Amino acid sequence: MLIARVVGTVVATRKDPRLVSHKLLIARATDPHGKPEGGYLVALDTVDAGVGETVLIVSGSSARMAAGMKDCPVDAAIVGIIDAIEVGAGD
Amino acid sequence: MQLARVIGDVVATRKDDNLSGVTLLVLQPIAADGSAVGRTLVAVDAIGAGVGETVFFVRGKEASFPFHPVEVPADAGIVGIVDHWDLG
Repeated sequence: MLIARVVGTVVATRKDPRLVSHKLLIARATDPHGKPEGGYLVALDTVDAGVGETVLIVSGSSARMAAGMKDCPVDAAIVGIIDAIEVGAGD
Repeated sequence: MQLARVIGDVVATRKDDNLSGVTLLVLQPIAADGSAVGRTLVAVDAIGAGVGETVFFVRGKEASFPFHPVEVPADAGIVGIVDHWDLG
């Protein structure tokens, strides 16, 4: 899974019917220290995350295993809000 | 599967119900010589690994198989702790 910071929201009126009533957020992947790493992605929010929060994103077909995502056309889902990351010495 | 070193852990109070009780660890994939390669990632832990250990992990939906029948939303999962490895 990816560590990412939520940087924005997406509004889409016309979309796949299975995406209706789900919240879409823009997130940017970061390293464990919070440094941006790589690109932005649109992720479906299942835990009521908000802009500025650090979240856990599951991607690929596993995203469909997030709560309420069964059979949804989604490849990135926010499944947790990260409180803390402890990185051991040496890295 | 890929080799990685466990470099940290993740604390998340608000998360998917099927992730509760599941350990989340930060992995740094490594090359055969032990040097870091590629980006760090977060993986679910099915076998009780800890920080500092060398492990191998699976990517994709298979990461949730050890937790069957619970559908843990995970795309990376630790499935073994490496004792040592040899290159021919």
